[in-house]
Amino acid sequence: MTRLLVAALTFFLPFAAQAEEAVTTFTLDNGMDVVVIEDHRAPVVTHMVWYKTGSADEPVGASGVAHFLEHLLFKATDNMESGEFSATVAANGGSDNAFTSFDYTAYFQRIAADRLELMMQMESDRMINLRITEEDVETERQVVLEERNQRTENNAGALAREQFVAALYQNHRYGVPIIGWKHEMEQLSLQDALDFYDLYYSPNNAILIVAGDVYPDEVRALAEQYYGVIPAEPNLPERIRPEEPPQRAERRITFVDPRVSQPYVTRSYLAPERDSGAQKEAAALVYLAELLGGSPFTSALGKALQFETQTAVYAGAGYRGSSLDDTSFGISAAPSEGVSLSEIEAAVDAVIADFKETPIDPAQMESIRAQLRASEIYAKDDVAGIARRYGTALTQGLTVADVQAWPQILQEVTAEDVKAVAVKVLNKDQAVTGWVVSSEEEAQ
Amino acid sequence: MVRFILTAVFTLSATVATAAIDIKTITSPGGINAWVVEEPSIPFVALEIRIRGGASLDEPGKRGATNLMTGLIEEGSGDMDAQAFQTKLESLAASFSYRAYDDTMSISAQFLTENKPEALALLKQSLTEPRFDQSAIDRVRAQVISGINSDEKNPNRIAGAFFDQAAFGDHPYGTNMDGTVESVTALTQEDMFTAHRNALTRERMFVSVVGDVTAEEVGSLLDELLGDLPAEGPPLPDDIDFGLAGGVTVIDYETPQSVALFGHAGIERDDEDFFAAFIINQILGAGGFESRLMEEVREKRGLTYGISTFLVPKFHAEMVLGQVASANDTIAQAIEVTRNEWARMANEGVTAEELDVAKTYLTGEYPLRFDGNGEIADIMVGMQMIGLPPEYVVNRNDYVEAVTLEEINRVASELLDPDALHFVVVGQPEGLVTSD
Repeated sequence: MTRLLVAALTFFLPFAAQAEEAVTTFTLDNGMDVVVIEDHRAPVVTHMVWYKTGSADEPVGASGVAHFLEHLLFKATDNMESGEFSATVAANGGSDNAFTSFDYTAYFQRIAADRLELMMQMESDRMINLRITEEDVETERQVVLEERNQRTENNAGALAREQFVAALYQNHRYGVPIIGWKHEMEQLSLQDALDFYDLYYSPNNAILIVAGDVYPDEVRALAEQYYGVIPAEPNLPERIRPEEPPQRAERRITFVDPRVSQPYVTRSYLAPERDSGAQKEAAALVYLAELLGGSPFTSALGKALQFETQTAVYAGAGYRGSSLDDTSFGISAAPSEGVSLSEIEAAVDAVIADFKETPIDPAQMESIRAQLRASEIYAKDDVAGIARRYGTALTQGLTVADVQAWPQILQEVTAEDVKAVAVKVLNKDQAVTGWVVSSEEEAQ
Repeated sequence: MVRFILTAVFTLSATVATAAIDIKTITSPGGINAWVVEEPSIPFVALEIRIRGGASLDEPGKRGATNLMTGLIEEGSGDMDAQAFQTKLESLAASFSYRAYDDTMSISAQFLTENKPEALALLKQSLTEPRFDQSAIDRVRAQVISGINSDEKNPNRIAGAFFDQAAFGDHPYGTNMDGTVESVTALTQEDMFTAHRNALTRERMFVSVVGDVTAEEVGSLLDELLGDLPAEGPPLPDDIDFGLAGGVTVIDYETPQSVALFGHAGIERDDEDFFAAFIINQILGAGGFESRLMEEVREKRGLTYGISTFLVPKFHAEMVLGQVASANDTIAQAIEVTRNEWARMANEGVTAEELDVAKTYLTGEYPLRFDGNGEIADIMVGMQMIGLPPEYVVNRNDYVEAVTLEEINRVASELLDPDALHFVVVGQPEGLVTSD
């Protein structure tokens, strides 16, 4: 046993040393992009195919079809029975799933590294050979309606969020929920799903990401064999979406639901996203979210509302820069017992006004900088997470170079950059303020 | 002279490749046991500490004390108040997490190699010198009470609270470890110090360390970190029998989708039939899309987005539990199908093919879990908690393979009892009423 162990270790360490930043990219002849992320610490591979299509690409009136189709991809193909895909993954000791967002739909398997070829064979098969039936559609539509019940209809906070997002986007499809509006989901047809599939599930609209105990040459050979033979879709449309018009007036919504226990106020401001070659504003917004409402102990909102005045049981801010089109910057606060929503909203506004006028503490800037730098080190422990990072970026208009530049761009943000985005983005004319309460009285 | 004792080294070779997890077991000079995996390729360390007891050590009338105390560990210690502590933690870019569970206190830390001494000193300060400032107590108490109030309007939490109370009554398992608004409101600073003294002890403590650290240094590091904690804690609660008979309880709540929590008595983790039960549960309801319940309730009938079952071998009681959610007009059918599948499994067991498929999945999936420092630390401390030896990582798949069809089918008939199943349904389910 001891000798075996030594053998394993000597084999193990050189690979581990290579793991850092071992990212290889290439493009197949049919336009399919491939990203290989090496991590040889464990004999595991994550195999993902990301389509550059999400709910915001759906035709008008068919909201939810992107996500519905994602469910239907687990049904039959010319070569596999319904359910055989996941059953085969499980029979090989792996797990699989899929997810849909505004800008992408992705399928993944996590499995022993020597089963990669089988995953590619099956995933490439369902890129072109899907054979869904009317019966599949009838049953699966009930499943996604139950999913909506579980995620949204049964959850007052989720219902409220849906209303607020719909009001934030006056023209863009981000205003429509990913899972779909219920009345449109109920009408989704086999043809809706097939039309979406035929157009968008194409190699020139897809990104293959393979992460884990693999080597680029072996991935390239397999990718060419399985994905490389699928013809590109000549009619793939350019991703042009309706843009937001200039937003000129504050919107306010009060959402009443007796299932609400803790009332709260949220505000979403329209905000710039990470753009290829232009990620600086987004980087500054990451700092703004941290400084304004990251830690309850040290951020401006946390200090003022949870410590100094104790008027809130919670206060925070958030920003997600990955998005193809305009994203949002959010703040929220839940008032303490005896504090009204008007009072807490006024307190939040006072903190924001003060933030815009007061110099940023250099020590706080440096602390956030150090935490962002450290988060890059911790992130190396999760190769599947790094795979998701590439998938979200490459389906949302960024390049591999943008992904790799991002940590350094974050390191170079200055206090002046943060001030500038704060003034630009924290503008109520481009925002929705929402109150979530259990009764009209609570909204007084 | 390094006085740590290297008692053993165990290697998990995954089925298919060359990588290995080398678990070193050590005992520190001060007598603290730990499992260590040296993984120097990324410059950080993951540390996991578990202490048995947790919220089950709440004293009479003080329900919620351990939970509130745990929430306060990060709210000031030594000469630092809450904000000073957090500012220091952020400057080190470390993450500390303190959580109370029904039976366990959990402490997790991740810190960069370059900040190791400072991070460990700060972690020690939080564990051994908490301040429990009154202002912090008041602030965190308000957060806890807000959460308790929210639970009372959450269908899943409503179902869980009823189920636990009906199954375990006055035992700590019968009530929410967060406490009630009344009990939490009454907690004092002295209660916090008492809860801290009871819950953070070297007795019943389990430790794992993974990352850019050597087994040699872990011994002295742990003595410094944990050596000042009290050696012993109060006695643990007694075991308790599952006390809820079969039937249906409907709790009226105005919401479009009913949620159902169901279950009956289960099987102990160290029972010789546990692996058979584990495989049965996998085939019945834990195997995702491949489980019988997902096939019958979701795939064939479209009655739910998800249904799953769990073996829940707690330290003082055992359960088989499941959960499903379906619209108010279909939940009755979902429950009927579930009960029928429960009976079919109890009466007919599984097929040889189902057993093969489950074994292939379970044995293939196991090595995939060990794919990050954080995951490995978590798995190792969990194994210690339930008394598994390090060589379990090598032998575990043999235990799965050794289970026979005859064993499975015998255990299925002993473990699963459709008449004993109790369904707690929260919503406005059509065609369902509370049974007598």
